Amino acid sequence: MRSYFGRKFLIYGLTFFLAVTIDWMIPRFMPGDPITNMLANFSVSSTNSNAYAEMRAYYTQLFGLDLPLWQQYLNFWKSLFHGDLGISTSQFPTSVAAVLLRAVPYDIFLLVPGILLSWYAGNKFGAFAARSRWLDNTISPLGYILTATPYMWLGILLAWFFGIVLGIFPIAGAYSFNIVKPTLSFSFIRNLLWHWFLPFASLFLVGFGGQAIGMRNLIIYEIEADYSRYLEALGAPTRLIRKYAFRNAILPQITGLALSLGVVVAGALVTEVVFSYPGIGYQLLAAIQGQDYFLIQGCFLFIIIGVLLANFIIDITYIMIDPRTRRGMTGETA
Amino acid sequence: MTLQIENLTVYYRTLRGDVRALEDTTFQVADHEIMGLAGESGCGKTTLGHSLIILKPPMKYIKGHVALDEQELPIHDMKRMNPFRFKEISLIPQYAMNAMNPTRKIGKMTAELLGSRGVNFDAIRTELMRRLDLVNLPDSVLDMYPIELSGGMKQRMVMVLSTLLNPSLLIADEITSALDVSTQKAVAEMLVEFRNREFVNSMIVVTHDMSILYQIADSIMIMYAGQLAEKASTDVIIHSPRHPYTKLLISSLPEVGVRYTETKLQGIPGKTPLLLDPPVGCRFRDRCPISFEKCMEVPPFMEVEQDHYVACWREF
Repeated sequence: MRSYFGRKFLIYGLTFFLAVTIDWMIPRFMPGDPITNMLANFSVSSTNSNAYAEMRAYYTQLFGLDLPLWQQYLNFWKSLFHGDLGISTSQFPTSVAAVLLRAVPYDIFLLVPGILLSWYAGNKFGAFAARSRWLDNTISPLGYILTATPYMWLGILLAWFFGIVLGIFPIAGAYSFNIVKPTLSFSFIRNLLWHWFLPFASLFLVGFGGQAIGMRNLIIYEIEADYSRYLEALGAPTRLIRKYAFRNAILPQITGLALSLGVVVAGALVTEVVFSYPGIGYQLLAAIQGQDYFLIQGCFLFIIIGVLLANFIIDITYIMIDPRTRRGMTGETA
Repeated sequence: MTLQIENLTVYYRTLRGDVRALEDTTFQVADHEIMGLAGESGCGKTTLGHSLIILKPPMKYIKGHVALDEQELPIHDMKRMNPFRFKEISLIPQYAMNAMNPTRKIGKMTAELLGSRGVNFDAIRTELMRRLDLVNLPDSVLDMYPIELSGGMKQRMVMVLSTLLNPSLLIADEITSALDVSTQKAVAEMLVEFRNREFVNSMIVVTHDMSILYQIADSIMIMYAGQLAEKASTDVIIHSPRHPYTKLLISSLPEVGVRYTETKLQGIPGKTPLLLDPPVGCRFRDRCPISFEKCMEVPPFMEVEQDHYVACWREF
């Protein structure tokens, strides 16, 4: 047990180090530099060449971008261990942490219900559809169509139909633009939910289709398995056979759930872009467009931590629910 | 008579047509009889075994009657057959190693299975313990997951489980195939012990391993290409078979004390016919050294001596 977790932590640590290093490198591979973009935002005209050069030099030095790369890299790790993610250049002078903290609640609010509900409903429904040929023949193709639909297209279609044609849902923002400051009033929450519905529905639909198809296939596989056939030969009722099949089929689905929960903090980039929903995905896109090294790093750091945590939780969950893993963990064999 | 089968015919439905795996089978298994059912792969022995307990697509019931203890078995009706399964007729499957749910403790699975059949687990618990003891399994297996057991232990567990409700007929399907020789012998002896202690009344042991049958079976029935060839007591089948296929089959077995470096082991020339479109008449006709015109008709499975049945025109 101890050596198992020791090994796991070593692997996680190594993965974290490599992922964060790559995270640091990627923005620096981009052509252009953040300071030019930042000054463009300030509307500093490059015609006034003297002042421009001076401001440029000042900010480059302020962000430490004048140092040699290896020095920048070491400084990056140093401040990371101090919990300092830096200052956003595109949203100067807001700190990266503040930008991310402002965005994360929207991701959680949008994605956690979306993922959990589509997972739950999809699995229940998939197991249910595997039950009868009639249901299987009618519903499964629908599921396949839902999962195979390019997500952007589905999102845009939903926004167009419910937002433009029917005009019953807004198509952008987390709340109406005329609300200046979020408050904890009933009308604000209603407004929030109203804006939340379409992005949520689009995520739910796609997730639901995928989960239902996956569960259906797994259940059919489990029902053909030897232990199911044995129970059937001994006259066990279908109810018991299905219960066992479901319990075994849910194992791989749990992995999928944890993995998708792990990237919650990463936001759903496409959804947030299509519906202009201000989560981390939306911030990431803005950061990339603004060449904001520090914000990009911050967004990816969240993703890395989320994925690693999710994997760790999967490891623990599996040990708890699957006796086969429990044995494999300690290196025993049957 | 425990089991009486009359004209049982079962086909497999495939896209290319019906595979005629079991044709007009008529035989009996007596009380306390352990009947070995032997034949090469694809001769219909597993089809016969399975059709008695779980006849479902792609298997297709064509005709015939099966009676167990003078009671007609509705084998063609999956639902009506259910009350008989486990209680009257049970199965030790070929896949005994994987027959238990990998994510349930064995005891819990047993309790749930019994509960679903209206049997109280606690009432039967002492008997279960006694039987586990008989097959040398510790009581603690009930608190284990199948993966924690060795192959042989799983096999024995399934044997105990399948026979727990004292069925009248037990079908043991190729249960020794996956075991090493010494375990094979132990498992085979346990089957006899189960019969002697009346856990089961009679047994059909499906196998292609004649040496196992020689040790445990009271009688042996030989099948060829979906038809019955011969049934007699074990001694008679081994020492004085009358059907040409049985003769060739027995003579092709290795004998103790003979070195096969000098004399090559004999096989039966030719191949088994495809059952999608089997030849008319006796299906062994093409490979048979003594076939004649009469073999164009299907030979009846007739009793030529007391308890000795043969399906060959030469013998009548």
